[in-house]
Amino acid sequence: MAKNTVVAKNLIKKYGDLTAVDGISFEVPKGEIFAFLGPNGAGKTTTIKMLTTLLHPTEGKIELNGIDPVKDSEGARKTFGIVFQDPSLDDELTAYENMEFHGVLYKVPGDIRKQRTEELLRFVELWDRRNNLVKTFSGGMKRRLEIARGLLHHPKIFFLDEPTLGLDPQTRNHIWEYIKNLNKKEEITIFFTTHYMNEAEDVAGRVAVIDHGKIISLGSPKELKSRTKSSSLEQAFLKLTGKAIREEEAGAKEQMRMASRVWGGRR
Amino acid sequence: MNLGAVYILWLRQLKRYFRARSRIVGALGQPLLFLLALGFGFGPIFQKAGQGNYLEFLAPGIIAMSILFTAIFSGIEIIWDKQFGFLKETLVAPISRWEIMLGRTLGGATVAMIQGIIVVILASLVGFRIHSLGEFPLAIIFMFLIALLFTALGTAIASILEDMQGFQLIMNFMVMPFFFLSGALFPLTGLPQALNIVARIDPLSYGVDGLRGTLTGAAQFGLTLDFFVLSAITLILLGVGTYLFSKIQI
Repeated sequence: MAKNTVVAKNLIKKYGDLTAVDGISFEVPKGEIFAFLGPNGAGKTTTIKMLTTLLHPTEGKIELNGIDPVKDSEGARKTFGIVFQDPSLDDELTAYENMEFHGVLYKVPGDIRKQRTEELLRFVELWDRRNNLVKTFSGGMKRRLEIARGLLHHPKIFFLDEPTLGLDPQTRNHIWEYIKNLNKKEEITIFFTTHYMNEAEDVAGRVAVIDHGKIISLGSPKELKSRTKSSSLEQAFLKLTGKAIREEEAGAKEQMRMASRVWGGRR
Repeated sequence: MNLGAVYILWLRQLKRYFRARSRIVGALGQPLLFLLALGFGFGPIFQKAGQGNYLEFLAPGIIAMSILFTAIFSGIEIIWDKQFGFLKETLVAPISRWEIMLGRTLGGATVAMIQGIIVVILASLVGFRIHSLGEFPLAIIFMFLIALLFTALGTAIASILEDMQGFQLIMNFMVMPFFFLSGALFPLTGLPQALNIVARIDPLSYGVDGLRGTLTGAAQFGLTLDFFVLSAITLILLGVGTYLFSKIQI
């Protein structure tokens, strides 16, 4: 039995000269809620992409529930669910169809699929709009649908990349209650990133602070606070990562595009 | 194999097609123009040259053209999915890249085939006559093969492109030559040797010939050869497309 569901060992991702992720290592035990914090461009999303088989690491080793996603990406994909940071809905389908599509891809049995779809769409208050095309939705509605869709199947590990970005405090609270409940009831490991420090302080068992592609501190919110002699996680975070404002997160992908153009390659 | 996933991917392509009504209508304008302008414009000369009814000769070529365009476009649509993010949703799902490729390609090919059938109806409205209704199912098989071949090609191309900027390039240096050199517009007899060779390499030539054979009874290469050439190239492109698609990193 693998005790740690998510394991990263000396993980490195380079785009040409740029090192987006620079040798990070961590272990997340089964059933833990683990927060991955860092300023924009710190390497959070790149790390999640490597963990979820969308990118191959340049170096290092990953294990998801004992499976190496580089060697057995299909096996690894069976173990997790993910809510992406940027949109991944089909605008030309309705809310309900997006849910259905996801449910079928993840082989959620028909009756459970219908029941959960209704439950989740009601939960994010989109049930009345279920037959509307997603392209008619506002940003917040799309975000809520994205989360509802991510929760439709119950994997062993959930990756949530800034799941609550752009949502009001009521909705955020509401959604975290649901996720915490799921974590408790089904022992689903939660791996998430956020810019809301109070969110991380409230829900995370442990927190890793990443900056310039390296983990600079790892521990419970309490430990991080006492280590930095801060009264809140936000303060601790600022003390760890400094106050300089960072480049936008799009950086890594743009860098990759630039590099590919310079080298005349296609990707 | 996860048939449910293949089915839902197929269904998605169809839903998107039927919801984009302006696209359907827009895509019918071009074949109609070609049928009317070329069909009636070159008709008298064709007749004088002793080649018979030009509209009858042209219509299968125009049907093949609209299948070619729709199919390539369906394949290329993956670039949009990449940019709008939806591709990620399918790429992290617990299904193989081969199944994603299959579902999408079948969906795109079905859409292109439907577009082809609509053009058959359109051609009939301007005076095109099918020589035998009994052979129409065979014609549909050829339409589907052409559709499958070029959807797979479109997917393969889209897998290695980052954005739509290369689209013009593909249209002008690949899709248009496929069409113009395929014998869709002129008979492949008595041509200069170079053009003759190019036309015989062009896979669409066999599609046009198959359609002409099944719709008007005038195949030049023969239906068996057409069928095997199209099937073989389709299988190869599906293989190449799956390989390239499986290499996508986002």
